[in-house]
Amino acid sequence: MKRLVMAAALLASAAPLAAEIHTIAPGEGAAERLQEALILAAPGDEVVLEAGRFVLTDGLSLDVDGVTVRGAGPALSILDFTAQAGAGEGLLVTSDNVTLRDFAVENPKGDGIKSKGADNIVYHRIRVTWTGGPKAENGAYGIYPVESTGVLVSHSEVSGASDAGIYVGQSSKITVRNSIATDNVAGIEIENSRDAIVTQNYVTRNTGGILVFDLPGLPVMGGGNVLITNNLVAGNNTPNFAPPGNIVAGVPRGTGIMVMANEQVWIEDNVVQDNPTAPFMVVAYTQEFDDARYNPFARAVVIANNVVDAGATDPDFPGGAMLLAAFGGTLPPIMWDGLQQDADTPALLTIPGNPGWSLNLSRQGQSLAEAQPGPLDVPAYGQPWAMDGIGAPAELEARLK
Amino acid sequence: MRRGLALMAAASATLGAALTHAGVTPAVAVNDAAILEEGFARTLSEYGFFADGAQQLPGAGVTPYALNTPLWSDGAEKLRFIYLPDGTRMTADADGLLQFPVGAAIIKTFAFGEGPERRLIETRLLLHRADGWTALPYRWNAEQTEATLALAGGRIDLVTPAGEAISYAIPNKNQCKACHSKDGVVIPIGPKARNLPAEWLGQMAKRGALDTVPAGADSLPDWRNHATGPAAPLARAYLDVNCAHCHQPGGGASNSGLDLRWEQDDPHAIGIMKRPVAAGRGAGGHEFSILPGAPDQSILLYRMDSAEPGIAMPEIGKSSVDREGSAVVRRWILEMQQ
Repeated sequence: MKRLVMAAALLASAAPLAAEIHTIAPGEGAAERLQEALILAAPGDEVVLEAGRFVLTDGLSLDVDGVTVRGAGPALSILDFTAQAGAGEGLLVTSDNVTLRDFAVENPKGDGIKSKGADNIVYHRIRVTWTGGPKAENGAYGIYPVESTGVLVSHSEVSGASDAGIYVGQSSKITVRNSIATDNVAGIEIENSRDAIVTQNYVTRNTGGILVFDLPGLPVMGGGNVLITNNLVAGNNTPNFAPPGNIVAGVPRGTGIMVMANEQVWIEDNVVQDNPTAPFMVVAYTQEFDDARYNPFARAVVIANNVVDAGATDPDFPGGAMLLAAFGGTLPPIMWDGLQQDADTPALLTIPGNPGWSLNLSRQGQSLAEAQPGPLDVPAYGQPWAMDGIGAPAELEARLK
Repeated sequence: MRRGLALMAAASATLGAALTHAGVTPAVAVNDAAILEEGFARTLSEYGFFADGAQQLPGAGVTPYALNTPLWSDGAEKLRFIYLPDGTRMTADADGLLQFPVGAAIIKTFAFGEGPERRLIETRLLLHRADGWTALPYRWNAEQTEATLALAGGRIDLVTPAGEAISYAIPNKNQCKACHSKDGVVIPIGPKARNLPAEWLGQMAKRGALDTVPAGADSLPDWRNHATGPAAPLARAYLDVNCAHCHQPGGGASNSGLDLRWEQDDPHAIGIMKRPVAAGRGAGGHEFSILPGAPDQSILLYRMDSAEPGIAMPEIGKSSVDREGSAVVRRWILEMQQ
């Protein structure tokens, strides 16, 4: 019996028994020792960052499956890229079943931690900080998993990203939970991704709080099946500091939860306060595009019960002041562009009587100047669709036990 | 020995100018075990690729080659070699790519300075093992007597041929893979038939080191004509060689949706009127990768023209700007109809 249990444990961990621990102390030669450990680690090994500041001039990378990189805590073990001279990110992970936990990345020149094609990755108690606060010169993404199946971000914190703090792109089976995103352009962004849960995060002082986008022209499109629940999305009113040209540069200051394109996004039980352009915004893709595979419309976005204030009091778009006056000083909380694929495919559903307003645009890509604002009139939602199987696989949560 | 001499003759015929000591007879045999066995040799000399490492004189079975359009690396002079084990040959596949036998190696030495001032900085190896290719960087010592394994890479201060003082980056083992990987597998990227001189391919085929010269061989333009040649093929060749190892489906930057391969003919895929995805401040305030007729509003050129991490493209392997490459791409974008 005991042997059976052992065998089961071995199968479950898929790691050799003789996993090694490579402990790296900061100080002289730390960058080289750390990068060598990341190269020479075997599956199942742990690379331990002792407490202290690791001064790095080049990006680090990990390409071995099943490795854990563990620090002494996000305030204690700090990978400091302030003097970075090369590479597009602080740490790049390109292998599967990796766990990153309990350390910080400060001031990377590009992205913070990027994991690409890295299935079943866990970011736990990771901090990525641009210490100078919101600046256009900061890197784009803090925590940046892309093209991966199985992503868990928990108890992490990102601030200062000039694009999105926590960004998950072209991925599936995703959970972002119990994390803090402040002082970024976008707090948390789920882009061209499916089967995602965003829950119990604190998202504040960003330009926009939580964004769910689907963009054309990418290898992976068709975002959807996203559940956004129990988040505190408050006071996202930082002027947009994204470098122009990027899609998030178009996000108005003061956006709470925003959905662009995508199908099946369920938004419920969030606290959404003090987001003065729009607590909720649901829109079609705004630009021209040439990609027959792409659906630019929002489909079946549900705004269910949330705790939300009266609405927008200082909208960040042209004609905002006139609109405010027309609506009696406050724009109601739900903003919709009025665009949908067709009459049988509603973009937005909510509780009857939930206050909102529509731009009443009539075609995708139309200028805002042609909007004919009016009260919101959208259908009521029915039963939630089947959501079992969305979110990070249980095995990822089990790693944190 | 006779075989070695024959190789040297072929080498000197192709690259006579580059090989000042082509008449020296190589006396060292390549250590096949070091290529094939697990683990990494600590020093470059253990492989026995060179009869004289400091002079970069190849040993038996090691053949120099040059590319029509080379990858630019801060203006480094590059000395390229292929090693084929005795009795083996390369084969050309249907796409005109050269396939190497297990036991083969591709060797590339990076040097700065001319004549007696030349200093070898690093030698990168691609070793074809039974389980695939392994990429390893070796760093030359100051005495130029030996190069030792630099798994974690390194930096060295030097002055480029353009006169810029830079901190030159030797890539770490993982960064080798960052460029040399497609769908997670390490592959060679340089020696494609389309980017190799027909003369060299013909010689290799003639002496049995290559099964056949494939169709489409030698089709990339000769970069030495970059200043005066037609812009479009030069620019596309440059982008293929310098960018497409990441910017293609399955490559390191596949998520960008930008595909800069020579054979890609969809304008949007190569960046024309393509909006950025994850460019961050690399976008430089511009809306499109390439805006026809407007090089100064094209993200692609903006990033080529930067040496600043977070903006600069390529992300690794450059610490300064390739003015010649940039000029060709500028000319190409300028010529495009708006």
